[in-house]
Amino acid sequence: MFVDTVIEDKSLHKPAFLLGLSIAVLAFFFTFNFTDTIFGEFLSPVIGNPEESGFFGRLVVSFVLAIIFVLNLLLISFAKLKIQILIVWIELFFLFLAFAYSFDLELAYIFIGEPSKIWLMISKGLFTTIYISAVSIAIATAIAIVGAIAKLSNNGFAYAIASFYTSLFRGLPLLLQIYLIYMGLPQLGFMIDAIPSGIAALSLCYGAYMTEIFRAGIQSIPKGQWEASRALGFKFGLILRKIILPQSIPIIVPPTGNQFIAMLKDSSLVSVLGIWELMFMAKKIGSKDFNNLEMLLTAAMIYWALTIILEIIQARIERKYQQKA
Amino acid sequence: MTMNTKSGNPVISLKGVSKWYGDFQALKDINLTINLKEKIVICGPSGSGKSTLIRCLNRLEAHQEGEIHVSGIELHETMKDVDIVRRDIGMVFQNFNLFPHLTVLENCMAGPNWVRGIDKDEAKERAVAMLKQVKIPEQADKYPDQLSGGQQQRVAIARSLCMQPKVMLFDEPTSALDPEMVSEVLDTMVELANSGMTMICVTHEMGFARQVADRIIFMADGEIVEQNTPDEFFNNPQSDRTKTFLDQILI
Repeated sequence: MFVDTVIEDKSLHKPAFLLGLSIAVLAFFFTFNFTDTIFGEFLSPVIGNPEESGFFGRLVVSFVLAIIFVLNLLLISFAKLKIQILIVWIELFFLFLAFAYSFDLELAYIFIGEPSKIWLMISKGLFTTIYISAVSIAIATAIAIVGAIAKLSNNGFAYAIASFYTSLFRGLPLLLQIYLIYMGLPQLGFMIDAIPSGIAALSLCYGAYMTEIFRAGIQSIPKGQWEASRALGFKFGLILRKIILPQSIPIIVPPTGNQFIAMLKDSSLVSVLGIWELMFMAKKIGSKDFNNLEMLLTAAMIYWALTIILEIIQARIERKYQQKA
Repeated sequence: MTMNTKSGNPVISLKGVSKWYGDFQALKDINLTINLKEKIVICGPSGSGKSTLIRCLNRLEAHQEGEIHVSGIELHETMKDVDIVRRDIGMVFQNFNLFPHLTVLENCMAGPNWVRGIDKDEAKERAVAMLKQVKIPEQADKYPDQLSGGQQQRVAIARSLCMQPKVMLFDEPTSALDPEMVSEVLDTMVELANSGMTMICVTHEMGFARQVADRIIFMADGEIVEQNTPDEFFNNPQSDRTKTFLDQILI
C-alpha cells in the first residue's frame, strides 16, 4: 500500500488524546465490573475480599486495569512496526487463551484414551477434511475453467447453462445444497454415498464462485493480446491455453487461495452427512463424555493452524508470480 | 514507373466495402486494389476510418457490405479458413501487443511453431535471423517489458516476419513511441520495404511516406478522398481537405 512520506504525530503521544482514552477505558472497565474475575483476586491484598469490596474495590480494579491497558499501548507505540505487530499478535493470542481458560476446561481430556483423542482427530478427522477439500477444489477448478469459457462465449446454450449454474449454486445455502444432493439424487435412482455427495456439493458450490473469479481473470487480459494472437492465425483454444490463461494465473491465484481456505472451513458442513471429518469427530467424541467444549476447541485450533499454513503457502505462490510478471 | 511494374498482380482487392458501428458509418464504399510488392501509406485525420480499413484486411473487424479478397480468398463471416489468410498477413499494432509472459525469442517462435507446425529448432533459427534483421538479436532472452518501446515494436515486426507473410499491415506503429525511438522503427520499416515486402501502413510519418510509398491514400470520414504518388500527393494535392490536412501536419 502507498505510505505517505509525511509522518504525522502519533495520536497516542498527545496528552489530550491519552487522557481521553484513559477515561474511556476506565469507564469501560468500571461498567463491566471485573471485580469478581481473576483480576479482583489478584488485587485482594488491597481491596480485601473481592465479593465484599463494593464500590471501592470496583474502582480500584478498573483503575489498575485501565492503567495497565493504556501503559501497554503507550509502550508498544514506541516499538518498531514489526515488533508492534508481533507484540499485539501475542497479546491477542493470550487474551484468546485466557478466554478459553475461563471455560474451566479439562484439557487433559483430549490427550487421554488409546489412541488419544487428539490423535484420532488428526489421523482420521483432519485427514478426511483435507482429502475432501483437496478433491473438491480440484473439481471446482475444472468446473470454473469450463464455466468461465462458457460465460465468455457467444454460444447461447453455453452461456445460459453456465449462468443458470452460477446463479443457482451461488444462490442456495451450501448446507441446503448438501442435503439436496444427498437426499435428492437417490430419488432419481442414483444411490450416492455421503463422501461423494459432500464432495459434489462443495465442488459445485465453489465451482460457481470460482467461475466468476476465472471469468474476471480472463477478461482482465487486454484485448490486444487476443488481436495479436488472432492476427498470427492462432485458434481460440490455442490462444486461451498458451496466451490468455498463463497471463491470468497471477490474477486468479489470490482469490482462488481465499476460496480454498473458505472451502476448507465450509467442509465442516458435510458433517451433517455423518462423514468422519474434523467437525463431526469433535462433536461425536466430545458429546459422549459431555466434554463438548474441549473437543470443539481442539477442532478450532486444528482448523486455524491449517488455514495459517495455507495462507503462508498462498503468499509464497503470489510472490513467485509477482517476480515473474 | 514503379506503379506500372507492380500493377496487374493484385494481392488485396476491395469492392464497395462499407462498415458501420451501430449507426455510425466508419467505412463508405471503399474501392481499392493493392498489388504485390506495393507500398501503401494511408493517412488522414483521426476517426477517418484508416485503422478500421486495415483491420478489415485480416478480418479483425468485419465489413458489412462489399467484397474483400486477399490472395484470391474472399473474407466473409462464415469462412472457415480465416486463419489461413491471417497467417499470410502480418500485423504490427500501435501498442506492440507482445506476449508479456514469453521471452522475445519465444514471442517470435510462437507463430511458426504453434501454427505453421515448424519444429522448434527451425523456428528458433528463423526467429534469431529475424531478430538480426531488426537489429536486436542480443535481446532474445529478455521479456518484453525489459525492452524500450522502440525495441518492443521491432520485436513485434520480427514476430510477424517469422510467419513469412505475403503482406504486412502497420497500424500506427510509431504513435505510442517516445520521439527518440520513432526513427529506429521507421528505419526497420524502410529496410523491409527495400526488401520487396508488400506493405500497408497507417501512419502520420510523412517523411517515411515520401521515402518508400508507391501510393499515398488520404481518408476522411470513412472515404478515400484522394490517392496518388507521393510527389503528386505532396506537391499537387487535389482536394481541399487534403490541402488542409497537409497544412496541419507539415508545419
